[in-house]
Amino acid sequence: MTEILYAVFVGPFREMAGSPAFLVEVLLGGVATGLMYSLVALGFVLIFKASGVFNFAQGVMVLFAALTLVGLMERGVPVAVALIVTMAVMVGLAFLIERVVLRPLVNQEAIILFMATIGLNFFLEGFGEMLWGANVKKLDVGIPDRSFIVAGVQINQLEMSAAATSAVMVAVLAVFFQRTRIGRALRAVADDHEAALSIGIPLKTIWIIVWSVAGLVAIVAGIMWGAKSGVQFSLSLVALKALPVLILGGFTSVPGAIVGGLIVGVGEKLGEIYWGPLVGGAIENWFAYVVALVFLLFRPQGLFGEKIIERV
Amino acid sequence: MSAATAGPLLAVEGVSVRFGALLALSGVSLSIQRGEILAIIGPNGAGKTTLLNVISGFYHPYEGRILFEGRDRTRRSPPDVAELGVARTFQNVALFKGMSVLDNLMTGRLLKMGGHFLLDAIWWGPARRQELANRAFVERIIDFLEIQAIRKTPAGKLPYGLQKRVELGRALAAEPKLLLLDEPMAGMNVEEKEDMSRFILDVNAEFGTTIALIEHDMGVVMDISDRVAVLDYGRKIADGQPEQVRKDAAVLDAYLGAGHD
Repeated sequence: MTEILYAVFVGPFREMAGSPAFLVEVLLGGVATGLMYSLVALGFVLIFKASGVFNFAQGVMVLFAALTLVGLMERGVPVAVALIVTMAVMVGLAFLIERVVLRPLVNQEAIILFMATIGLNFFLEGFGEMLWGANVKKLDVGIPDRSFIVAGVQINQLEMSAAATSAVMVAVLAVFFQRTRIGRALRAVADDHEAALSIGIPLKTIWIIVWSVAGLVAIVAGIMWGAKSGVQFSLSLVALKALPVLILGGFTSVPGAIVGGLIVGVGEKLGEIYWGPLVGGAIENWFAYVVALVFLLFRPQGLFGEKIIERV
Repeated sequence: MSAATAGPLLAVEGVSVRFGALLALSGVSLSIQRGEILAIIGPNGAGKTTLLNVISGFYHPYEGRILFEGRDRTRRSPPDVAELGVARTFQNVALFKGMSVLDNLMTGRLLKMGGHFLLDAIWWGPARRQELANRAFVERIIDFLEIQAIRKTPAGKLPYGLQKRVELGRALAAEPKLLLLDEPMAGMNVEEKEDMSRFILDVNAEFGTTIALIEHDMGVVMDISDRVAVLDYGRKIADGQPEQVRKDAAVLDAYLGAGHD
């Protein structure tokens, strides 16, 4: 008994203390992955806030963006041009979704809109593969995947560039939606559609803006993950990791998505390295979900979500 | 006088609204004169809120026209109507419940903030200056409505009467030419009703805002309105000075159900 307690509560911490450089490496790795989760989660939060829609297709949007970019590059389009075209495609997609999916379904129940995004999910998946093929593609963004050592800590150049880009992107989005007029309009729309319309907030424009931003976020996420593990179907599963992030951070909070992403990223790396061996490893994939479950029990609204008050 | 200043501020001409088989409004014509307080009354289900929704663009009539300042705007969307200078409140209070009172009022001012959404994010200076100027205006409304003490309170946590007052404030923040109030005193006690009546009269007197309101309390209606229009079963059955309307036979019929022979 004491042995188990020791292995769970003391051993891992002694290990961390024993080799601080390695701990820093693990933490850095966790922060890097965490930021990318935050980025994907932000896409969810924006759309959920503005339209009350849980966008099941967010993950496939990541895949679709990466496929479009790689597909264009494979056909000899220069990187810069391919990137601009991909951005245009994602913004175009936002217009199309507003016109074809959201507008006809306005004022429907949340579950119906959710079903619509499941449809969108399969459409984008099939359409993307039809256009660009289903084989695994290599995405070379020109940053070498090599490591160097700073103060005894091994640092991967690709991973750090990805982390830095995500951090910048997350910061820009946070400022954009918290500090500007759009932020207030967005919160207004999230609170009460009718009232927002009556004071002159055009719902359509807000929807197009958030879906476009979600599309741009998808491109960035697609490039990061694609460069790491190749552009393939499993990219769309990254979005599933955003779920525990959302549960932790709250579905309506931009800062929540950021902090939640970091907690999940760092938590799963620490868990895998230090506690994983106790149960034979490979806990990285489900650890986040367990944390989210425990969290749901105590704080269903998430760390930063608006408190759920219900009158009976 | 030019066309924009002559004639009524708003004219509803032969408007009919249909929900499936139900005719909610049939051939209603009504004008709202500049600077007046018009009360729209009628029994439940008479089509009063429908009329307000048509004016503010939430419903579109299948027949008839709506002219604002002499120009046809029958098929405009709610945000477009708001941009023309029409603000409204709702029967069941539609505040942004998660936001503070101050933020609610600032949101009401959104249309008065010029510039472009996207540019704001990139170019900070002008956006900040605007924010300050608008904040000053909103503070005036807060003083006017005597809600200084609840400035930072989330709107959803306020008692009902205060929520109604904040909603009025949000509408005022847009500096509307026409203010539409859907039962501004519903569910209030006598004291709150007196306060609200005073605010409505003051808004009209101080800012010269034209006001159209739906109200059930006849005492209030007779006290504050310049003119009364009566709807019943989707038709306008009377329109005139409060004292006239009070004596009108058709109105008494509609309200008391008397004398159908």
